[in-house]
This record gives sequence, C-alpha cells and structure tokens, in this order.
Amino acid sequence: MASTQVNPTRMELTRLKKKLVTAVRGHRLLKDKRDELMREYLDLVRENMDLRKKVEKGIRDANRNFVLARAGMSEETLKTALLTPKQEVYLKTSTRNVMSVDIPVYDYTTRTADRNDIFSYGFAYTSADLDGAVQSLSDILPDMIHLAEVEKSCQMMAAEIEKTRRRVNALEHVIIPETQEGIRYITMKLDENERSTQVRLMKVKDMVLNDAHHYDERAAAGA
Amino acid sequence: MVKIAVMGDYDSIYGFSALGLSIFPIEGQDAEKASAILRNLAENDFGIIYITEETAALLPKEIAKYRERQSPAIILIPGVHGNTGAGIEGVKKTVEQAVGSDILFE
Repeated sequence: MASTQVNPTRMELTRLKKKLVTAVRGHRLLKDKRDELMREYLDLVRENMDLRKKVEKGIRDANRNFVLARAGMSEETLKTALLTPKQEVYLKTSTRNVMSVDIPVYDYTTRTADRNDIFSYGFAYTSADLDGAVQSLSDILPDMIHLAEVEKSCQMMAAEIEKTRRRVNALEHVIIPETQEGIRYITMKLDENERSTQVRLMKVKDMVLNDAHHYDERAAAGA
Repeated sequence: MVKIAVMGDYDSIYGFSALGLSIFPIEGQDAEKASAILRNLAENDFGIIYITEETAALLPKEIAKYRERQSPAIILIPGVHGNTGAGIEGVKKTVEQAVGSDILFE
C-alpha cells in the first residue's frame, strides 16, 4: 500500500512478518469469541424477552389490583398501611464470567425468613383487595429480579459483541491486508536491490577484466 | 449487600414498598429531580433500579450512561397508566446492537 511508507529493510520485513502472524492468530481467536458470545447471547435474549413479557403482564395485573384496592379505602388509610414496610429485600451480587464479560448474578434475601411476610398493616382498616394486590406483586418479585439479571447481562454482552465485531473487522479488512501489502513491497524492493547489485557487479567485473587484459585494444588492433 | 430501588410516579410504585423495596416517587415531568435521584441511587448501594417507562422517558441520556456499566442494572417496568412498549423496545435495541438487525421479533 503506497499510503503507508515502510522502510525496505530486512529488519522491517521480520517485524512485519511477526506482526502478520500475531494478527492472524488474534483474528482467529476473536472470531471464535464473537461466535461463542453470539450463541450465548441469542439464548439469553430470548429468555429476556419471555421474562419481560411475563413480568410486564404481572405488574399490569398487580396494578389493576392496586387500583381496585385503592377504590375501596381512603387515601390516608392506604398510605398509613404501607408507610412502614415490614419486609426488606437485600441483594447479593456476584458475577459470572462468560467469554470475558462479567455478567451479574443476583441473589436476594429478605429480612425475615418468610418471604410472604409482606403485610405491614393490621387487617382491620384495609380492604381485602389490598392483601391480594400486595400478594400479586410479591409473586412476581423473583421474576423481576431474574429479569434484571438477564436484561443487564444482555446489555453488557451486546456491547461486548459490538466491540469484538469491530475488532474482527478491523483485523480482517485493515491490519492484515496492510501488513501483507507491506511484506510484498519490502520483498519486491529487496529483490530489486539484489538484482541491481548483481548487474553492477557484472559490469564492474567486465571493466576490471578489460583493464587487465585490454580486450578492447586487442579487438581494435585485430580489426 | 445492596438494595433495590423503584422510581416512578407514586401511584405506580407504592405497592413495591410493601415488599421491602425502596421507593422514590417522581411527580410529574420533573426531569431534573429525577436525574438527580437516579444519579444518587446509582452512586450508592443500589444494585437494581426499576424505573417506570414514563419516568424513564424523561432521562434517556442518564440511563444510556449506565447501560454498559456493571452496576446498577436499570430495568424499565410498566406504570399504572399502561405500557408504552419502551421496555420491549430496549431489548430490541440490544439485539440490534449485537446482531446488526432485529432478527428475533419482526
């Protein structure tokens, strides 16, 4: 490639050859990484979609229950009932390494051992609908947490796939052809130099021999 | 140990407080306040932040910023006023980013 100036020396040639070997190996590895990431990702994203549909439906139903519950009691009673939550959710996060992407793994614990210990109010002043509404929301909480895990993983893997693909393409379409071009240029230049040295030597040899044996003068005398 | 936050209008999220999640009501279209709260939550100990789709629509930039970071996970949920489809849209966007085109759900 004429755009990049390379020094036509043997040292440069060795350097470029080494670079080509590394680039080819890196290209192969990155391509494998991309394929494997893509496979994992496609499984994950399907799960993500199903979970999301399920969670959205669950929340929609729960919201409907809450609207009903709200209709049956006064605003103040409702706020008081939910003012001091009894339960608390703690999340333990760890990571799992998939093809050098650290995707999160969430593990949740509740403050009290019983996960259904969610009613922070006495049942005397609230409507029964509220109990059902809180329960329905509580039922989808595990799915919601799982959704968070899966969706975050998908987002991170998508970013990593994009990055890897860009690297693969850069190696395949820019670095490797450029290096090959450089190697070809240097080899041709070196061959050319060698030929010109050869010709110069032959010429010099002719001149030296002529000086020693006076071929020209003899030829002129003989004629 | 980290906690879980829920952001959105009060009507959509008050139920979550009974489950032990921390709720942060955002009233109206106050994007500035919402982004301040979100930043505060993200810097502190919250591993998952659920945001209603309506509130999320106010802060696309902030949410995009946390997309590729490992923590927190920002997850859109439908609010009480219905589903805008932004959550599904987000999943499609990751597919597009990874694959190049939306191959799963036409």
